[in-house]
Formats: sequence, C-alpha cells, structure tokens
Amino acid sequence: MISSAFYLILSAILFTIGVVGVLTRRNAVVILMCIELMLNSVNLTFVAFSRYLSSMTGQVFVLMTVAVAATEVAVGLGLVIALYRQKQTADIDDVNILRW
Amino acid sequence: MEMVLFFIFAGVAVVGALGVVLARQSDHSALFLLLNFVALAAIYVTLNAPFLAAVQVIVYAGAIVVMFLFVVMMLNVAQRERPETKPVQRYVGLVLGVLLLIGLIFVGGSNPQLPPALTRSDNVVNIGEALFAEYLLPFELVGLLLLIGVVGAVVLGKRKLEE
Repeated sequence: MISSAFYLILSAILFTIGVVGVLTRRNAVVILMCIELMLNSVNLTFVAFSRYLSSMTGQVFVLMTVAVAATEVAVGLGLVIALYRQKQTADIDDVNILRW
Repeated sequence: MEMVLFFIFAGVAVVGALGVVLARQSDHSALFLLLNFVALAAIYVTLNAPFLAAVQVIVYAGAIVVMFLFVVMMLNVAQRERPETKPVQRYVGLVLGVLLLIGLIFVGGSNPQLPPALTRSDNVVNIGEALFAEYLLPFELVGLLLLIGVVGAVVLGKRKLEE
C-alpha cells in the first residue's frame, strides 16, 4: 500500500493544470473542460482519504460532486450555445459587455 | 505492484490533463479529457472504489465528454479560435500555476502520513448504506438540483419564440 502523499501530489498537479487552463485558454468550451479537470482532482483526494480513513463519506461526496459536475456542464454548455447564438463566437475575449 | 500501477495511471492522467490545456483544437481537448477520466477511473479501482470507477466511466467518459464533443461539433469552434493565446496571459497564468502547485504540494506533504486502513470488500453495499441512511437528505437534494439543471439547460438552449 503506497503513501497517501502520492495521491495528494497527483491531485495537486491535476488541479494546477486545470487552473492554468482556465487562466490561459480563451475558448469557453475548453475552459469548462478545465473546470472538470479541477473537479476530478478533488474527487481523487476524496477517494484517497476515503480509502486511508476507511470511511465511506468521501465516496458519497464524490457521487454528489459527479451529479453537480454533470449539471454544471449541462448549464454551462447551454450558456455557450446561447452566447454563440447572440454573438457568433465562443471566445471569451469577445464577450466584454460587462467590462467598463 | 500497486506502486507500478499508480505511476502508470498517474502518468496517463497527467498527460491527458496537459493535452486538454495544450491542444490546439477543442475536439482534441475533449478526447484528452476522456483519457484523463479513464486513467482516474483506473486509479479509483486501485483505491478499492470500483463503484466510483464505474460511475466515473459512465457519467464522465460516457455522458459529459459526449456532451462536450457534441457542442464542439455543433459550434465548429475548432476553426474559429485564434491560433495563439496572448503571451502575457500565458506567462502570468503559468507563474500563478507554479505558485499554486508549490503551495498545494507543501500542504499535501505536511499532511501526517496515514496508516494503511483495513480494506472492506463489499464497496457497493457500504456506499448504499451510507447514501440511503446517513446522507438521504443530501441525496434527495442532489436529485432536485439535477432537475433544476435540466430545466435550466433546456431554457438556455431553446430558440426564442417568434414574437
């Protein structure tokens, strides 16, 4: 059985990649994918602690997160489609009507 | 053995995540996301959570990636995205990411090493007992949330009615 630190570090790496993706990409669909990466890295932490603490709570939390992630993607992609209908673009740099 | 499996799947997961961020075309990003999800499902199996691995493959790899691909194909964003991100944005994002990674690894590494726990074999039974006894109310609320999400997605996605 390997140390829990390995899972935490893998999770940290995946989360950071997701954050960098959100900060650097401009395509709204890819940004949603990077948010999914971050949610998944947190799920990994939950499952690892669930294993090491021998408790089911972490796995129940992951099930909740999966449902929330699915909802978030459905609504987010709905927003992207609505945006595309309005402005013919999915590039968030072209969407600045709330910027002053 | 467990160590070898962990490093193989961790490498695949990191490659998938990097591919999502670095791929030029968003349909390639979606496929790298699929790779990342499947690698994480394999890691869940090694963590003695086979039910979550199945959920991961069915919901994430099956439903969410298909939804992403569907939207990418529908919008045909691949050709429309400008080739480069702004250099300033890229460097600032990279620096902030490295700082975050250092912080997270510091926190994760200072965590006291947990002793290996006893493994229980009937994973699905345990999840069912926890979900439908201890966490029944959150479970029902998540169902409600899914319903609201479906209604919201339909409202956002439908065309405006002719006035």
